[in-house]
Formats: sequence, C-alpha cells, structure tokens
Amino acid sequence: MEGTAVQRRLTWLIAEVVDLIEETSRVRSLVLEVTGWEGHKPGQHIDIRLTAPDGYQAQRSYSIATPSDGERITITVELVDDGEVSPYLVEEVRRGDRFEVRGPIGGYFVWEPGEGSPLQLIGGGSGIVPLMAMIRARAAVGTDEPVRLLLSARSTEDLIYRSELGALAIDADGLEVVATLTRSQPPDWSGPSRRVDREMLDETAFPAAGRPMCFVCGPTGFVETVATALVDLGHEPERIKTERFGPTGG
Amino acid sequence: MSDTHLDGNSVGGLLLEVFGREMTAAQGRCGACGAVNVFAALVVYRDAPGDVLRCPSCGSVVMVMVSLPGGVRVSFGSLSWMEIREG
Repeated sequence: MEGTAVQRRLTWLIAEVVDLIEETSRVRSLVLEVTGWEGHKPGQHIDIRLTAPDGYQAQRSYSIATPSDGERITITVELVDDGEVSPYLVEEVRRGDRFEVRGPIGGYFVWEPGEGSPLQLIGGGSGIVPLMAMIRARAAVGTDEPVRLLLSARSTEDLIYRSELGALAIDADGLEVVATLTRSQPPDWSGPSRRVDREMLDETAFPAAGRPMCFVCGPTGFVETVATALVDLGHEPERIKTERFGPTGG
Repeated sequence: MSDTHLDGNSVGGLLLEVFGREMTAAQGRCGACGAVNVFAALVVYRDAPGDVLRCPSCGSVVMVMVSLPGGVRVSFGSLSWMEIREG
C-alpha cells in the first residue's frame, strides 16, 4: 500500500441546523445543511455524532424524512426520556448549531419512485419517518404507484406530519392514509383504535395477490407483529422490508 | 427474543465503515443452520460492549463488532459466506 492514499468512503461531515419544525410535543424535525452531502434515497438514514467539551462522544442513527435535495436533509427526532442524544436534538438545539453526521446509510430499506408495484407502508410512532421520505419523493416526482399508509399512533396529537399527510392524501392521486389511535381518540373518531393486527391489515392493506412492496418501520415488537401478520396473509417474505428501532436509539 | 434487539439496518454505518461499502442489502449465510438472509434482517443487540449480530432463523452469533479507540475489531461466528452485488 506504500504510496497509495487510503480513501475513507464514509466520512464524518459537518451539519448545520438551518431550521426547526415542532411536529408534536415530543417530536421535532431538524433541517440540516450538510457541506459535501452527495444525495440519498428515500428510506436511508444518517449517523449523528455529538462530542462533549470533555471529548465524550455519543452516536445515534436517524432516518431522513425528505427526498434528496442538494446538501439539505431533514431528520425527525422523537424524544426518548433519559436518552443521551434526543433530548439535545428535540429540546436544546438551535439554528446555527453544528454537529457531525455521516451517510447516507442503507441499501435494503430503500424505495424510489417509479418501481411500479403498489406500495404498502406501515409505521408505528416515529417509524413513519423513512416512510414519509418515500411519500414525499413520490409526490415530488408525480409517479402513479398506488400507495397506502397505515399509521399507528397513541393519539391525534401524536400523529407526526398530520396536516401534511391530510393534504397529500387529498391532492396526490393514489395515496390513501389510514391511522389507528391506540390510546385516545377524538369524540368523532371513526377509524380503528387498537394496535395493528392481522385483521386490520386484512381490511386496510393492499391484498397479497396484488404483490405490493411492503415497508414496515417502528419499534421492534410492532415490526415483528406486523411482518408475521403480513406473511400469514400471504405476502411474500422477500417483499416485506422491515426496520426496527428501539430504546438504544435515544 | 427480548424487545431490546434491533436489526441490521441499525449497524449500517458501522458495516459501511468496516467493509467500505453498503452492506445492509448484502446476503449472508449462517453456517449453523444454513439460512440465507440480508444483513438488514439480522438480529442485532447493541447493548453489549459491542454489536452482536445474530441469525434471525437460529439465533447463532454471526458476527461481532467491537468499537476500539480509533478503530473496530470484527470477529466472525457462524457467517459461512456473504454475497455482495453492485446496484
């Protein structure tokens, strides 16, 4: 290797916070400007590394919520009580703050507009985030794959991107959104009010016969319940893509 | 398996650091049970001193990655082969 420059293919880049969006009382989106960012695909994530003045470092992964847009990316972060990184990102960070990121990461839990198959998206809590990148990419490009999103949240107030999803479902041909509210429901609520189960998937998801591509993202227990039920309903395992997040993500 | 595990997506960045390329869509075979899975589908425990990657079919330890100052140590368990494709 003498005389050969060893090129690192994944390097830490500097991200600057350029905007902050309060999504819910516990969830905030951060718009980041990342110098040297080379673009990404819907579904991919970044690693964030924070360094304390004493040199202590903490690293976490966050899904990107937006389609590729030059050097600009948006992440959406849910507060994890007792977490090391999310309290800073949700409660403390300000415009102009900088930290390190690397990415894009992931080649499996990825979808791009124009693949043709119906797209079945199933998200639990902030598991909506990478799925939203797919929905936004589809809306931006204007392709016509039918998309159904089944979203599980505790209450209306906990529904991330609620108003945007409502508008997209009206405007974007072929996007259907079903939400289930597991803990509290408004008085006029007519949708489901329990955790996602096989019966709910049977009633609201694309049938297996249409061979949809399924993307499932959420806490580990949620993902495993949903993936098992989809297989029970006849969906091909290789057309069910899963991504789990959990308490170590705080 | 407990609710503390994640999956191979969560170590995508570390795998990229180790192998120098995207690995979550790469396939690997567990030599203990013969199952072939993508790395994204491996069961991952991140609360150990390192990241322990287990076969989702039989639970065998496929691979362990331990971060060290300035680097990472990778040990291989039941991983009998992996297949990497472009695109």
